[in-house]
Amino acid sequence: MTTRRKALRLFGGTAAFIGLPGLAFAAPTASERRLVFMFLRGGMDGLSAVPPYGDPQYAARRGALAVPSPGSAGGAFDLDGHFGLNGNLGEMHKLFAARELAVLHAIASPYRDRSHFDAQNLIENGTAKPFGREFGWLNVALGTSDFARGHASSGAQAFALGQSIPLVLRGPVQVGSWSPTKMPVPDADLLERLAALYRGDPLLGRSFAVAREAQAMMEGRDTGDGMGGQAQPVVELARAAGEVLGKPDGPRVAAIDFGGWDTHISQLGEYSQLTRNLRLLDRSVMTLKTTLGPAWRHTAVLIVTEFGRAAAPNGSGGTDHGTAGAAFVAGGAVRGGRVIADWPGLGIRALHEERDLRPTLDLRALFKAALAAQLGLREAAIETEVFPGSRAVRPLDGLFA
Amino acid sequence: MSIESVIAVNRFGLGAAPGELAAAGTDPRGWLSQQVNGAAPAYPVFNKLATSGEALKAYPRWIASLGQVVRGGAGESTPAPSRTVEGTFREQLGPNMLEEVAARLAAAASTPAPFRERLVWFWANHFTVSAEKALVFALTGSFEREAIRPHVSGRFADMLLAATRHPAMILYLDNHLSVRKGWKPQGLRASRSTAFPSPNALNENLAREILELHTLGVNGGYTQGDVTEFARVITGWTARPVMFDLEDTSPGFHFDLGRHEPGPRTLLGGTYSQEGITQGEAVLRDLAVHPATALHIATKLARHFIADSPPPDAVARIARAFRDSGGHLPTVYAALLDCPEAWQQPLAKLKSPIEYVVSCLRAVPALRAAQPQALYAVLRGMGQRPFFAPSPQGWPDTAEAWAGGDALWKRIEWAGIVAARVGSTVDPARLAAESYGPTMNTETRRALERAESRQQALALWLASPEFQRR
Repeated sequence: MTTRRKALRLFGGTAAFIGLPGLAFAAPTASERRLVFMFLRGGMDGLSAVPPYGDPQYAARRGALAVPSPGSAGGAFDLDGHFGLNGNLGEMHKLFAARELAVLHAIASPYRDRSHFDAQNLIENGTAKPFGREFGWLNVALGTSDFARGHASSGAQAFALGQSIPLVLRGPVQVGSWSPTKMPVPDADLLERLAALYRGDPLLGRSFAVAREAQAMMEGRDTGDGMGGQAQPVVELARAAGEVLGKPDGPRVAAIDFGGWDTHISQLGEYSQLTRNLRLLDRSVMTLKTTLGPAWRHTAVLIVTEFGRAAAPNGSGGTDHGTAGAAFVAGGAVRGGRVIADWPGLGIRALHEERDLRPTLDLRALFKAALAAQLGLREAAIETEVFPGSRAVRPLDGLFA
Repeated sequence: MSIESVIAVNRFGLGAAPGELAAAGTDPRGWLSQQVNGAAPAYPVFNKLATSGEALKAYPRWIASLGQVVRGGAGESTPAPSRTVEGTFREQLGPNMLEEVAARLAAAASTPAPFRERLVWFWANHFTVSAEKALVFALTGSFEREAIRPHVSGRFADMLLAATRHPAMILYLDNHLSVRKGWKPQGLRASRSTAFPSPNALNENLAREILELHTLGVNGGYTQGDVTEFARVITGWTARPVMFDLEDTSPGFHFDLGRHEPGPRTLLGGTYSQEGITQGEAVLRDLAVHPATALHIATKLARHFIADSPPPDAVARIARAFRDSGGHLPTVYAALLDCPEAWQQPLAKLKSPIEYVVSCLRAVPALRAAQPQALYAVLRGMGQRPFFAPSPQGWPDTAEAWAGGDALWKRIEWAGIVAARVGSTVDPARLAAESYGPTMNTETRRALERAESRQQALALWLASPEFQRR
């Protein structure tokens, strides 16, 4: 099978696309600011990723799963004398030291039950209810007049990396999506004829238009690496996101899905799923920084999960579904180097339902601050359109430069 | 040719095979009913595939090799991607998985009972076990054959029990690691590994997903207390061999009384004082006929067969049939087929990637000779690698999940390749007319007539808006 790059040459590369309607790139935009939404699906164990080693109850509550204190073998990196960063997050620790990573803890959405699917849906749809809306808050934000004011009117402003568009980016505003392929590019005449067929189809017509735009944007990219065999797609997707957002006239928003955080068993050890995921997360963040190049300076990467995990281990060396957990914000646009947490403690009475880390910070406070700083949204739009009914949740102050 | 027959073969079936629309044409509902009321077709292609027992027999060998990985990799700071636990399982089992995928696609491509086969997919997705989890990699195919297929025309309760006690489900949702408080391994070597400690208490994963996903549904009225109590009920439901039972010689589901938390349990308003495995069976049988379960299943069936937003009247009708028949599935399917909403709107559902590729295989028989590796890679690229659902919730069943630009682009790429390879073997305009007839748009009809070649016409048809739908 011909490689994609060869196929592109075969069909004349860019020539096939020049002059096609609907393919104009976004004109240089007023705003340089970028936002990446990375969703860790499955429920990242915040008490492992960001161990509160200074909490007197931590070691006892976590038992064998307690991450050793900084300085011990396999210990965490120290963040502030109370919180540490898991030893598998070495690159992120460097970012923290460079004040380009902020850590949030005891943070959760308004959801208080323990279903992955409802929890994810609620976080993505932006209302305080599972299935409260059929589209995502990031898409709503892209549709506001505040966003339009600071950005070009043509071309997709947002990109989902992966085969499907996550709910957070779905909605009325056109969104691009892209994932690596090894197939030859369809011929230009076929595409023209298909364009006519799709014209009368609102759903697929729109998808077709953004697909062509995405292909034009990514063409020439060698996609042979990283996806064959035992692929580590998330790092590859981070690389693609960095390349797309790094373009001066490209989209400003990207979403990356990263699944596999539902660690009910055997969290410890070199080869556990949690260890592997943390390392991939670390590499993904570093890859984003590298591929974004100078644009990293203007970027904020939100790294969130649907819930944390129970404070105590379950019977299998893992953890069951919990409530509050940790989140990260990385990027040159972040005023990092600090942990933002109103720490509730891990004593049995301090726990939510005597079981989970109690939420003291609402994820929407982070999202709202990011929308204001990175996408130029004003409070009115955020309160009424993007996160309806959330006025009581104040945006985090001073998190973005 | 009626719209009803187009709906029968494309939406309820797996996409029209040559001549199928004519066969279904005179009595489309009867054509569907006889598929679920008659005997299941035999699929010789499944005969050579491993049973779960055979697959489990090989586990000790894999687990031993896993030990080598862990030891061998201890000194490396960044292990090579394939030298992981998952990598080891997949390296050793890759060929088996390919055979499973090939057999499943082959059965679907040529089955004379496509409605029944679609129901197998529906239920296998309802009771998702995913090869994303390495331990389950070798069991996903046998799960479908052993726990789902025998019960597709039976009672929901029996399928629920079969699925719950299948080793694939036990291992996927960690119930082999859920034990009563204070349990100590006996007669087995206790694990000294910190990475894989012996279990010593509950793991509520399976109990929660049974309530949330398999039976009552997330709004079905259960509490965290019910989850925990149910988890206690099914302690001891395990599979052999598991991590620490390497020398076990009777592979398969196993109820281990020693791991079971004894005593009566109260959940969902009832008290269960049975002992041993019968306690869990009793809870499952009650869950299977619970009104919330009826509503949950009815909603999912209506979403799959009628529309992404299921019409409430149809849901109510199907749920009533479920309740009144105690979950007798042929009665439930009959209610589904009786819903007028099911026959009103053609092309209401966007095909998922597997549905799309299988409908291509059915429409163009020459394609069935395609290499299984190629089909597997194509489906992976489209975002639906067979047997690798992303979570216990299974694959999504609404258009927006599959209609993104990249997903559509992958279908167009595929249509282009397919047409170049086999376009000369078919008459695309006729193929389209004989499978989608009255539901075809004039624009599409005209485009097929004006195509510059048969190959291009076939690419246009397989990528057309109509053929993306069912």
